[in-house]
Amino acid sequence: MDTRERVRALERMMLIRAYEETVIALHAEQRAAGTCTAVGQEAAAVGVVSALSADDQILTNHRSAGHLLARGADPGRMLAEVMGRRDGYCGGKSGSLHIAAKELGVVLTSTIVGGELSLVTGVALSRSMLGGEGIVACFFGDGAACEGRFHESLNLAAVWNLPILYVCENNQWQAFVHRRETTLADGVAPQAAAYGMDWRTVDGNDVDAVRAAAERAVATIRETRKPFLLEVQTYRLRGHFEPDDQSYVDPQELERWRARDPILLARNRLITEGHLSDAAAQEMEAAVKGRMEQAAAFAEASPFPGFEALTTDVYA
Amino acid sequence: MQTMTVTDAVSAALAEEMRRDDRVLIFGEGVATKRKDLLAEFGAARVRNTPLAEGIIAGTAAGAAATGLRPVVDLLFAPFLCYAMDEIVNSAGKLRYMSGGQFAFPMVVLAMTGGGWGVGAQHNHNVEAWFVHSPGLKVVMPSTAADYKGLLKAAIRDENPVLFFTDIALGYAPGAVPEGEVVVPLGKAAVRREGADVTLVSYAKSVHACLQAADRLAAQGMAAEVIDLRTLKPLDEETILRSARKTGRVVVVHEASRMCGVGAEIAALVAEKAFGDLRAPVMRLTGPDAPAPASFPLEQAFAPSADAVVETVGRLVGLVPA
Ligand SMILES: Cc1ncc(C[n+]2csc(CCOP(=O)(O)OP(=O)(O)O)c2C)c(N)n1
Ligand SMILES: [Mg+2]
Repeated sequence: MDTRERVRALERMMLIRAYEETVIALHAEQRAAGTCTAVGQEAAAVGVVSALSADDQILTNHRSAGHLLARGADPGRMLAEVMGRRDGYCGGKSGSLHIAAKELGVVLTSTIVGGELSLVTGVALSRSMLGGEGIVACFFGDGAACEGRFHESLNLAAVWNLPILYVCENNQWQAFVHRRETTLADGVAPQAAAYGMDWRTVDGNDVDAVRAAAERAVATIRETRKPFLLEVQTYRLRGHFEPDDQSYVDPQELERWRARDPILLARNRLITEGHLSDAAAQEMEAAVKGRMEQAAAFAEASPFPGFEALTTDVYA
Repeated sequence: MQTMTVTDAVSAALAEEMRRDDRVLIFGEGVATKRKDLLAEFGAARVRNTPLAEGIIAGTAAGAAATGLRPVVDLLFAPFLCYAMDEIVNSAGKLRYMSGGQFAFPMVVLAMTGGGWGVGAQHNHNVEAWFVHSPGLKVVMPSTAADYKGLLKAAIRDENPVLFFTDIALGYAPGAVPEGEVVVPLGKAAVRREGADVTLVSYAKSVHACLQAADRLAAQGMAAEVIDLRTLKPLDEETILRSARKTGRVVVVHEASRMCGVGAEIAALVAEKAFGDLRAPVMRLTGPDAPAPASFPLEQAFAPSADAVVETVGRLVGLVPA
């Protein structure tokens, strides 16, 4: 990444954070249903998504706001969806947990944990049989890697040579259970080796490192047309779902990861290296907040869908 | 009597049964995190968090149930049961029969169901009829705090696999719960209100819509009898038929979609066994044949309302020749 791209990456991370904070506030005021935020995981989303090309596709899960925004989704239409309004990406039928935006290449979002893992092989099969250079990125959590679907997906992708970038966002939590309680191994990625698949683990709070690792993984997939598993080690700084008092979280662990907030790290690094002034960073922050106010106003002005929408879109 | 919420009634039933029988254990995603009281009282061996993997949770429960333990598993939201379908339907539901009766599966599967949370169709889907349709399983879906407690106790004591559905909309609903050991038997419906003009058959939160409707119908001079099925399988045919024969008019109300839903079974039952006493066709008032929407006003409109019950009864009465 050149300097301009790095500053843009920081801005995108700030935008994602501002979006999540807006959703949290709307929920607290009972203007939107609760949701899963990915506060603290912005570098994973921006680092990976920015390494993809426009014709690549993305499958994601319940914690997807960062992936969508990194892909250029309109926060106004996202908030409209979260608030169940007509102008949402899915017309208010999805709500926050399964926003798909085909126009952006974000397809088949599912909140059934592991759903994306069982769908991605088919999406990649289409890609490989219908031609084109595109690859498919599949975001899933450390928890999803506990589902049998994870293994079934990796195995099929490997034996069928499917062009998939598996991205395990290991945020250390599986809803209310720490990943230490569910798996003895520290990481998910080494399991790929059992299926003959290339893999790599990267510091998920360092956006430069994620971007570099994702670029290499994408290049490998484009060249070999084989799947690759990238594990992004990060941390879910807020609860599983809003609201969540995080009473089950070790406060020291939380503090350690807070100190490694990906936005803080990127911002400080750019300032230390002389690529960004503190004032410019503050301006960026103010700008994304302003954008969110507009987005929220747009969403709230959007009407609820009519009752006829209850039974439309059921069959093609 | 004490007043408690449905959520607390479920917790109380679990604690009492675990105290009574040390073969009872509970596990699932986040169970030990969320049920701190049970963990403190019964320890980590009997109150466990699991990896995120519904298939192996249900399969482990079935295997353990067949060999001496009495597991309760929490599979969270009803749609997640799809991942555990094989273990519940093919294993727990069939291996007793297929082994010529060598094994029993005393296990309970907890799942939350219905609207009220606004997060869409992969969390909100009333799938109870799938399990009613599967041999070897029992299905419970209560409407009051007292029944959540008493029926869960019965489910844990039952020798068969029981699907125990909690209606999300009722979770915080307080209700009077009798003190002490009150076990509500599976397979017995409750007549929540007596009446001679029309029978409203329902379960879970729709019972409350029926009771509200019955109040309004009373104001119009119509006496509605309200039956709360409580257990969908075994189905209390006797209570349904007795009421159908008395009123001659039956409306079945549930949030799950119509086609092949529990209402279809009840309509068929009444048509087969009480046809001669009917004064009008059996009507069903259900959710649409569509996934549940996230959008709040749509989610609310998905489930049958008291207004809709009143309106349906009105149409039914209009059908009757003077
Ligand atoms: C099949 C299924 N089981 C359980 C849930 C409830 N649930 C939603 S997210 C979640 C934790 C997922 O953990 P992970 O895959 O690590 O993703 P993260 O939430 O940490 O991003 C759980 C248990 C679900 N949505 N789907
Ligand atoms: Mg996780």
